Amino acid sequence: MTEDALTIAGRTLRSRLLLGTGGFPSLELMADAIAASGSELVTVALRRIDPGARGSLVDVLADAGVQLLPNTAGCHTARDAVLTARLAREAFETDWIKLEVIGDEDTLLPDAPELLRAAEELVDDGFVVLPYTTDDPVLARRLVDVGCAAVMPLGSPIGSGMGIRNPYNIALIRNAVEVPVVLDAGVGTASDAALAMELGCDAVMAASAISRAQDPVRMARAMRAAVDAGRLARGAGRIPRRLYATASTPNEGLPELG
Amino acid sequence: MIVLNGQDSDVRPGETVAAVLARMGLETDARGVAVAVDGEVVPRAGWDSFALSHHARVEVLTAMQGG
Repeated sequence: MTEDALTIAGRTLRSRLLLGTGGFPSLELMADAIAASGSELVTVALRRIDPGARGSLVDVLADAGVQLLPNTAGCHTARDAVLTARLAREAFETDWIKLEVIGDEDTLLPDAPELLRAAEELVDDGFVVLPYTTDDPVLARRLVDVGCAAVMPLGSPIGSGMGIRNPYNIALIRNAVEVPVVLDAGVGTASDAALAMELGCDAVMAASAISRAQDPVRMARAMRAAVDAGRLARGAGRIPRRLYATASTPNEGLPELG
Repeated sequence: MIVLNGQDSDVRPGETVAAVLARMGLETDARGVAVAVDGEVVPRAGWDSFALSHHARVEVLTAMQGG
């Protein structure tokens, strides 16, 4: 499948599934789910250290052999997000950042002006910026204009499991930008991931959908299969939707039995 | 009073970032750790030399499950 690899900022990924590490009941289950998902790029957050628990997450992820994608979750201003990104660069020795700037506590929807400001500053500072954004094609284009390496539009609010509420906008975003489009947030089950890929997304990010499933490892396998299936279907070219039936069996040779 | 991760601490002015990390049981080569003082990043290379001033606000951060 190397010929179908995903490339972001010059880095090649064989898996088109990104995994969030939040919400797993244990690190062991997280490690098993990562292995089952085949994901090579997983997100981590940056928080105050708990001296009693230090190191273990980083060690587990290092053992899993995945690339870390630090996020700026919990940041509400461009200033906080930029500082968090710089701290993440120090902590994890990567200049990749999943940029999140939240504008509303109830929906956790992105704050567009702050997001754009932070993205511009981080790109100028040499970061590979993957912004979590709304499903607005214009904002996606603006983010790419300031140099973002990919865009990560939401399907629906983080952790809502509501799937892709506006598939037309996701398709419009795919057409509006040249960089990879990663469907982020709202994925509830495997069919949501398949739909994202059928709409033309280059990858899918799943966090709660896997980590909070009753059986996270089985759901990780399901997501992996769904991403592959959706990608194949997209490439295969679906038939157009029609209001009326089109017979798949010819009428020629139909006997008269009346 | 120097504030360490949001709490008043007995860290004294003049102590280095490395000394604060040592108090927390962290080596200067600890993986996945970052430090901010008064809202600015203190790069790893500066941990041994960066001395804290009165009323410094120190944040010592690491990876947490998320996203």
